[in-house]
Amino acid sequence: MNGRDAVLGKIRQALGAGADKAARQAAVDQRLATAPRGVIPARGQLPDADRIAFFIEMAEKYNASVARAATADQVPAAIAEFLRAHNLPPNLRRGDDPRLAALPFDKTPNIEITTGASDGSDPVGLSHALAGVAESGTLVLTSGGDNPTTLNFLPDTHIVLVSASDIHGDYETAWDQIRGQFGKGALPRSVNWVTGPSRSADIEQTLLLGAHGPRRLHIIVVG
Amino acid sequence: MGVEITSPNFKANAREALDDNSLQKALGLTVEKGFIKKRRLAADALPEFEALRDAARDIKNHTLDHLDLYIEAFEKKVVENGGHVHFAEDAAAARQIALDICRKAGARTVTKGKSMITEEVGLNDFLQENGIVPIETDLGEYIIQLRGEHPSHIIAPAIHVNKAQVEAEFRRVHTALPPDRDLREPESLLAEARGILRDRFLAADVGVTGANFCVAETGTTIIVTNEGNGDLTQTLPRVHVVFASIEKIVPTLEDASQILRVLARSATGQDMSVYTTFSTGPKRPEDPDGPEEFHVILLDNGRSALLGTPFQEMLRCIRCGACMNHCPVYQAIGGHAYGWVYPGPIGSVLTPAVIGIEQSMHLPSASTFCGRCEGVCPMRIPLPKLMRLWRDKAHDEKVVPTAQRFGLGLWVLLARRPKLYHLAMSVGMPLLAAFAGSRGRFRSLPFAGGWTRHRDLPAPQGRTFQQQWRARRFGR
Repeated sequence: MNGRDAVLGKIRQALGAGADKAARQAAVDQRLATAPRGVIPARGQLPDADRIAFFIEMAEKYNASVARAATADQVPAAIAEFLRAHNLPPNLRRGDDPRLAALPFDKTPNIEITTGASDGSDPVGLSHALAGVAESGTLVLTSGGDNPTTLNFLPDTHIVLVSASDIHGDYETAWDQIRGQFGKGALPRSVNWVTGPSRSADIEQTLLLGAHGPRRLHIIVVG
Repeated sequence: MGVEITSPNFKANAREALDDNSLQKALGLTVEKGFIKKRRLAADALPEFEALRDAARDIKNHTLDHLDLYIEAFEKKVVENGGHVHFAEDAAAARQIALDICRKAGARTVTKGKSMITEEVGLNDFLQENGIVPIETDLGEYIIQLRGEHPSHIIAPAIHVNKAQVEAEFRRVHTALPPDRDLREPESLLAEARGILRDRFLAADVGVTGANFCVAETGTTIIVTNEGNGDLTQTLPRVHVVFASIEKIVPTLEDASQILRVLARSATGQDMSVYTTFSTGPKRPEDPDGPEEFHVILLDNGRSALLGTPFQEMLRCIRCGACMNHCPVYQAIGGHAYGWVYPGPIGSVLTPAVIGIEQSMHLPSASTFCGRCEGVCPMRIPLPKLMRLWRDKAHDEKVVPTAQRFGLGLWVLLARRPKLYHLAMSVGMPLLAAFAGSRGRFRSLPFAGGWTRHRDLPAPQGRTFQQQWRARRFGR
């Protein structure tokens, strides 16, 4: 008997699964099809402006810095200011997300931009999040050529843009957005929820930022 | 093979732990700096926290009752996405499957994200014996790997190690770095580990991670970390191997989200961990990064035998560590004394199920049944009740020493015969009181050395409860 049959056989035997197979399968199929929402915290269920403000408050609680840009046109200047303020090299690496490609960096000519996945040598990564979640100040990033996953983890500094209209109260609304984009039951290879910069408390429980991922997470809310 | 079991020596282990000053200091920090207060604040800040605990419990109960079907659904989705699912009945099978994958990939080094399941199956030693170098990348796991130890806490594996010990270990192993470098601050230790491990991530052929959840709806595995090491482990190497036990399955992304809301809050007091990563299959044609192969090893190792029994409730566990953080026994002796992979209350329930009650009968007994573990368990696992069930089992299976069984037998004999009981009490109590003399307590008693070795036994005072009851009720 192979491992699969052995393990599933033991589970079925222990559960006494037998005659009621059709009813059990129906219960499973229904849950998978309907994906019922459970308890949704009220804290994120706010009008637009308050929800965005709460997202920023929570992201800052977890040591991200946050800036706002009224339009995409203002983003390059906001990035330049952030890099200057932290004395960071003006070298960004990004994927081919059209929203990033369209940013007017011609007015900030000293910023050098390369594209593609990271090999670990890039000081600053630039990504566009699919969504933000106010209840915990969490960014939702998805893998692909648009926003390579390595940019989320290898550069020392990660700058992430998120559209104000994509900041939801809860994770479930972000899942709805992903299903709308990728289809029910399908996900991009990697979905990354990011809540603040990397950290560790493994040495005497002292909290330190910048363990293996970025030491700095800077979020720019666009719109 | 696998992790050495010292659970039968629990009493000696505990004694040693109590005498270990450096361990006692480290355990003091746990209570003082951390986990308990942070969990309380996070739970209090979310009015829906208790309702989420109920929801999380109900989701897992439903899933476990339909586990075979959800595993099939999960497997189908993983395969649809180009991944592989392997089933392992026991630790040996899981190790062999992992080794075969590594060999096929021509692997020389394997980076590892934190995974208790790989501890359970003893993966590191096995790979090492077969010429493959496993490298732990979680800072705490890396430290204890260098020290040749096992985790003493499920989410803070190096909680027993102090800063000076970390520095000593880094100086011993990182010999290519200048010997006069300053490592006094934790920041410099972290930076050094980051630098060393960054090269290891980039060079590894296979990345092994655990899974906090496996989502049946999408064939997705989820890991939760704060450092980002798990993500580098599963993104950079050509092959990603996920070790998960069968009970990690949840039906949908919504269900996972419910439980994630109680996981980090219960563990570290964060609203959400820094990185919660949902991995679905290998790299796709349009992806510029990610692994080319995606394998999930589903491990049973005794868990299926708990289904359909009162111990099924244990399989709701999400490994947050809250039960051990709040356990007065764990706080006193730390994790290693428990003698196997899982310490604290969850270990006291899970260990007998995996390695057998004969080897681990002391663990379910190492509890005062104060109930704090159950009070904080996000999945509402009735840990004291389950420990009591193991005590019953140990008694029924005659694992308990004869003297103890005899004593309990005597008690049962008396308790079931009220007249005999009253007689024994009315004779025995004054007798004991007389022998105890004016101190009113015994320093030692025959057949009760287990008690009197560590504390005095108070002698009975006055009349029996029944006598007092009669006096109050009937004025006699």
